[in-house]
Amino acid sequence: MVALSGAAGIVAAQTEEEHSGIELLLPAAYDLVWSAVILAIIAVVFYKVVLPKIQVVLDERTALIEGGIEKAAEAQSAADAALAEQQRLLAEARAEAAQVREEAREEGKAIVADLRVKANEEAARITETANRQIEAERQAASVSLRAEVGSLATELASKIVGESLQDSARQSRVVDRFLDELEASQGIVTAGTSKTGSVG
Amino acid sequence: MLLAAPEAEGEGFHAPSIADFFPPAIFFEGTPFQIDRVWIIRILAALVLCTVFVIAANRAKVVPGRFQGAIEWILDFVRVQIAEEILGKEHARRFLPMLTTIFLAILAFNLTGIITGLNLAGTSRIGLPIVLALWVFVTYWYVGIKKHGLGGYLKANLFPPGIPAPIYLIVTPIEILQILVIRPASLAIRLMANMVAGHIMLVLCFAATHFFLLEAAPALKAFGILTLGAGFAFTAFELLVAALQAYIFALLAAVYISLSLEDEH
Repeated sequence: MVALSGAAGIVAAQTEEEHSGIELLLPAAYDLVWSAVILAIIAVVFYKVVLPKIQVVLDERTALIEGGIEKAAEAQSAADAALAEQQRLLAEARAEAAQVREEAREEGKAIVADLRVKANEEAARITETANRQIEAERQAASVSLRAEVGSLATELASKIVGESLQDSARQSRVVDRFLDELEASQGIVTAGTSKTGSVG
Repeated sequence: MLLAAPEAEGEGFHAPSIADFFPPAIFFEGTPFQIDRVWIIRILAALVLCTVFVIAANRAKVVPGRFQGAIEWILDFVRVQIAEEILGKEHARRFLPMLTTIFLAILAFNLTGIITGLNLAGTSRIGLPIVLALWVFVTYWYVGIKKHGLGGYLKANLFPPGIPAPIYLIVTPIEILQILVIRPASLAIRLMANMVAGHIMLVLCFAATHFFLLEAAPALKAFGILTLGAGFAFTAFELLVAALQAYIFALLAAVYISLSLEDEH
């Protein structure tokens, strides 16, 4: 056992002696060759596969973000335009409303004026009609009065005179003559009579 | 004396060593295509990285889910914090695939260092960091020559304007070293050394824990708790370093490219 371990120790010592410190700095050929191969493989993988693919994704993301920002700006400008449009419409509507109100006021005024004119006309018409009616009634009254006054006067006269004035033609002639005389001599009295008649 | 007793009985205390980074070959031993544990770790990390990102790319949607959100967060980090910060928006797009590949590959290979079962960073052996640094080296030379022509590029870099002529005796050799050796070498060695140191710290902590808890004398078992705690802290620290080194490598790559793109003053 002891001999074996001793031998192992010697072997270990020999291997350690084989590797002096300077060897850490001096590369073996196989070390360089394989290092280059492995590095080349890693480099190819990164140059050709990993970095391009990730770059594509990053570019895509950048494009998306830029697109999003652009879209947001577009939406913002659209919203601004919509707001301006709305405000414009509102102002227009207000102006229109004011105009409508103004027109309505004018129209109202016109209607009132029109109605007033019409009412005046109506009133004038009514007054006219009333006047006419009064005149007609006055004339009717005058006629009937004339007849009645005639008969009364005749009757009275016949009683006084005692002469029958039954003959209608004569009667009428007498009365007319009497009245004509009366009217001719007392025109003003006739007006007073007609006034009294209308009141009566 | 205390250490010697258990060592005689069994495994003993396994101290981490440089040999950890040179495990025995599994396939094709002795050829340039030799495969060992580091290689299996690297292949695994590369497969997982590619699978995760190809799935993410294939499932990518305009509206991201949680998984895609996380993936995009990482890619955005590279784009904004590294590419656009250093190169500006117009050049960033051109070099973004390269910077992304570098950042994610280094991150994946670094993280294998703290994944149980793998426990070794894919970048802890110099080959991979050297290839990465060469890629950056070739790129900034190519970009510079394409933009200014070979003479213009060398003149802008080797004879920075605004310096009295004799100083060029000192500055120019330094600048030559800078663009030819120091830039790529510092990239590769910084990455590798960080990962090696991290691995050694972790192995030290866990090997010590294992030894103290299971094999050491009872009086020493309490130290196991301490080393376990240290191991936990270093694991968290390695997580930070893994991300940080990936960030630094990609950031410096961007800086070197932007130095080549700069207009002459």
